Amino acid sequence: MPNPEAYVGRPTSRVDGPAKVTGAARYAAEYFAPDLAYGVVVSSAIARGRITAIDTAAALAVPGVIHVFTHENRPRTAWLDYNYRDEVAPPGSPFRPLHGPEIQFSGQPVALVVAESFEAAGYAASLVKVEYEAAGHVTDLEVKRHEAYVPKKKRAGVKPPPEPRGDPEGAFGAAPVHVDGDYTHAIEHHNPMEPHASTVVWEGDGKLTIYDKVQGSQNSQKYVASVFGLNADDVRVVNAYVGGAFGSGLRPQYQLFLAVMAALELKRSVRVVLTRDQMFTFTHRPHALQTIRLGADEEGRLMSVRHDVVQSTSQFEDYQENIVNWSGLMYRCDNVALTHKLAQIDTYTPGDMRAPGATTGVFALEIAMDELAERVGIDPVELRLRNYAEKDQDENKEFTSKELRECYRIGAERFGWSRRNPAPRSMRDGRELVGWGMATGCWEAYFQKTSARARLAAGGELEIATASSDIGTGTYTILAQLAADDLGVPIERVAVRIGDSSLPASPIEGGSWTAASAGAAVQAACGAVREKLLGLARSIDGSPLANAGIEHVAFRDGRIELAGDPERFVTLADAMQAGGVEHVEAEETVSPDILTSMRYSMYTHSAIFAEVKVDEELGIIRVTRIVNAVAAGRILNPKTARSQVLGGIVMGVGMALEEESMLDHNLGRFMNHNFAEYHVPVNADIHDIDVIFVPEHDDKANPLGVKGLGEIGIVGTAAAIANAIYHATGKRIRALPITPDKLL
Amino acid sequence: MNNFEYLRAETLDQAVAAAAANPAAKFIAGGTNLVDLMKYNVERPERVIDITRLPLREIAPTEEGGLLIGALVPNSDLAYDERIQACYPLLASAILAGASPQLRNSATTGGNLLQRTRCYYFYDPGTPCNKREPGTGCPAIEGQNRIHAILGTSEHCIATHPSDMCVGLAALEAVIHVQGQGGARRIPIGEFHRLPGDTPHIDTTLRHDEVVTGVELPPSDYGSNHTYLKLRDRLSYAFALVSVAAALKIEDGVVAKARLALGGVAHKPWRDTAAEALLVGNPPGRERFAAAAEEVLRDARGYAHNSFKIELARRAIIRALEQAAAGTPQSQTDKRIR
Repeated sequence: MPNPEAYVGRPTSRVDGPAKVTGAARYAAEYFAPDLAYGVVVSSAIARGRITAIDTAAALAVPGVIHVFTHENRPRTAWLDYNYRDEVAPPGSPFRPLHGPEIQFSGQPVALVVAESFEAAGYAASLVKVEYEAAGHVTDLEVKRHEAYVPKKKRAGVKPPPEPRGDPEGAFGAAPVHVDGDYTHAIEHHNPMEPHASTVVWEGDGKLTIYDKVQGSQNSQKYVASVFGLNADDVRVVNAYVGGAFGSGLRPQYQLFLAVMAALELKRSVRVVLTRDQMFTFTHRPHALQTIRLGADEEGRLMSVRHDVVQSTSQFEDYQENIVNWSGLMYRCDNVALTHKLAQIDTYTPGDMRAPGATTGVFALEIAMDELAERVGIDPVELRLRNYAEKDQDENKEFTSKELRECYRIGAERFGWSRRNPAPRSMRDGRELVGWGMATGCWEAYFQKTSARARLAAGGELEIATASSDIGTGTYTILAQLAADDLGVPIERVAVRIGDSSLPASPIEGGSWTAASAGAAVQAACGAVREKLLGLARSIDGSPLANAGIEHVAFRDGRIELAGDPERFVTLADAMQAGGVEHVEAEETVSPDILTSMRYSMYTHSAIFAEVKVDEELGIIRVTRIVNAVAAGRILNPKTARSQVLGGIVMGVGMALEEESMLDHNLGRFMNHNFAEYHVPVNADIHDIDVIFVPEHDDKANPLGVKGLGEIGIVGTAAAIANAIYHATGKRIRALPITPDKLL
Repeated sequence: MNNFEYLRAETLDQAVAAAAANPAAKFIAGGTNLVDLMKYNVERPERVIDITRLPLREIAPTEEGGLLIGALVPNSDLAYDERIQACYPLLASAILAGASPQLRNSATTGGNLLQRTRCYYFYDPGTPCNKREPGTGCPAIEGQNRIHAILGTSEHCIATHPSDMCVGLAALEAVIHVQGQGGARRIPIGEFHRLPGDTPHIDTTLRHDEVVTGVELPPSDYGSNHTYLKLRDRLSYAFALVSVAAALKIEDGVVAKARLALGGVAHKPWRDTAAEALLVGNPPGRERFAAAAEEVLRDARGYAHNSFKIELARRAIIRALEQAAAGTPQSQTDKRIR
């Protein structure tokens, strides 16, 4: 029976909102220590080669400079690659800062200047003279395309392409309707507002407290302990607040290594903050060259799907993402071939960026589907309904739930899709051409092993603790909602402690799995507290709950009541008093159910509808309207949920129209490394966005029935916009971003 | 950022003397560009002379019927000044097309004139750049040059001037008032900014010891038929790919006077008087506008990533002249292009 007073399901403002808007919330670079020293990184000017000389004399002569670390004087750290491999490292040899004279990518850290003040460190860093012997570098994926290979070692947690099914070549040949296109997008950098930073506080006795910009405190903790040979108990990593990350904080980044190295060597506290341009020297969404071939019958039913991708990676790690599997998953087709290869270029290793793989692959597939709809002469929504996948053919499994049909129906209705004139260039608003396009979105509904602790005090204060992070998504809030409901306390009495490696084990925050995983762990811990409390309540002489099982009681307003007879109750305080305790505490761990995972596939779905208005003569595009209908299981907090999807959509607008990390292939360097020249959408670019949560019941994906929302908003958005631009102008652009020049 | 000496000038003479005494001195007012460049180690002044106390904050009428804008008048004050809005709406519009409200509140009129290029390479001391370090080369020519110049380039530099305000000033024939050790000078806006030639590190004809004291606007005939059209990679808060300041004086259905200046295409605001002459004496119309555009772009030259600017500029000129002729100037708040 749904509880009308429940917090879960109610739009609830962020519990951490006041702290954030008043500045009380502190980020990694905002912690101080009495002996804090400041480190500034010197970055390589070349992309590949060796350092032949490094002159630090002028830097050391600057008053206040304590030390300049280079590969020549770097303290010893672990020898084996294994020690540098973090929780989400792809196969290969992780980058080791200041390891030797070899340069592997432009912007590689070549020195760390540590000084008594940030200003002195910054000035001294500009005086470090580095001489290089450059070797030939290649940063253009097109040049390395012919060297593409299938990675031998697969990245854990990333599905490799399924084996081909049916006879894709034969079916393509037999198909009366074909689509055959090359698709690509620009390399993107995550560009969170908060730059990467680590403040390492030297606690004495070799103990460190590290405030790190990262999406998983325990990932950084294990990395630091492993690389520097420390006892994990001596390393505490805190990431209580994270100013956006989008995947850039999944792996410990080089500022953490450098700050810890300096702190251990100097035996004092050190902070290292990367500059905005240095934020372009590490992880990024990789470049990918995609080819899609679709064959269909006259009614648009897919007869053959082929999706081949060459994706960039670094020279030292085989970063892999699932780009192509979506093309075998999202639509029913019996003849499918999907390939994913890597080619190495001289950049840092790419990494996961919001819906990694899906953002890339689905953008291409969904433009190809739009092309197919046009060739067949049917509505793009109708095409998708005709090819609706009732099961996961990639893995031959049923879905735990899939309300995508409702997404199409409700989204189309809200958008007014039925009024669309299918002919390109047929709709106008004054001088502007109007285009309506749509696309499907898809993302995995992950569930990860996670632990949480709940502790309820006799006074009614409830503390929830897990090492999970809140990277701006609303984790604090949904955990507070869940806990408040489970134990019947007002949300104001719930203190959520997260973002600290000393708390119960949790994976990194990524993959949109935190709501499901940390949420289920909190619910399990609260459930255990409920059981203990009921036990205490039943032990009272003449207890009104003497014969009640946990299913017979409700926790409400500081009481345990008999369901249906609220006059029979025991207060929490009385229960604890009976047991002679001041508080009741429990820690629980939840894990995915292996049998369910074997039988079922779990995905979030969406249908995105976009309207663009294009000044064709000048190539100026405005995205005037977006409707995104999302089926993501149970929605814990419609307010933060909507914000999640909104953010994804805005990022999708950026991908479609603006975002592009420009590599100078002669220098092997990203050149537009600041917010003036790397364009993300600004307010003027964003108009009406309507997010709809389509009802979806899922009792298998995880105990909470939630599927996660951090990523689904971006998947398909760029395709919907590109398709709308085609509808407006008749120009099919298959290379993102669609900047004005592409429409001239 | 390097260590530097900070001086606060109480008088113009003090400011001039302080600059003359140190060849590596820089004046600072709003600081919206200089401080950025210092943080990037692009500018490394030994001495920073704060001129914000100088009495250069007035907008005063001139005897000729124009206005003299003090060099320290903030961009926002200038854009919203009633006299500017009434008589020089083109200038107000150009200013509001640039930057953000926060930047415009801080940035000054004189500082805006002296903005340095947004060339990626200029901003990155890890790369060669003839403008930053003469003689090191220009990687933009063979590299990423999407935002670079198509007019007046040299083999040493293809950077653009980033200001919107200056494009408006060029169309309005502003005169820059400066003062140095040699006394006061007046420099027409067209002679203030330079083409790169073989000395791209020198942006302007301002001498090291000279301070911009004001910007004089001659009386204007362009109250109603004008526009500032700025095209960019997003709808706000980006530098221009191409911008056009256009102003027409239309009498009895014929263009009596015309002004046409472009931004985002050259090392300086690019005014073309020959193109203007093609418009004068004719009724306003698309064919004439196209002829003017052809004239402006006759010697335009594109590079690997910016050739599109030639066609974009041609279309932007035509549209801007249409907007000006129709008396429907581009709004800088409604991003829909008229």
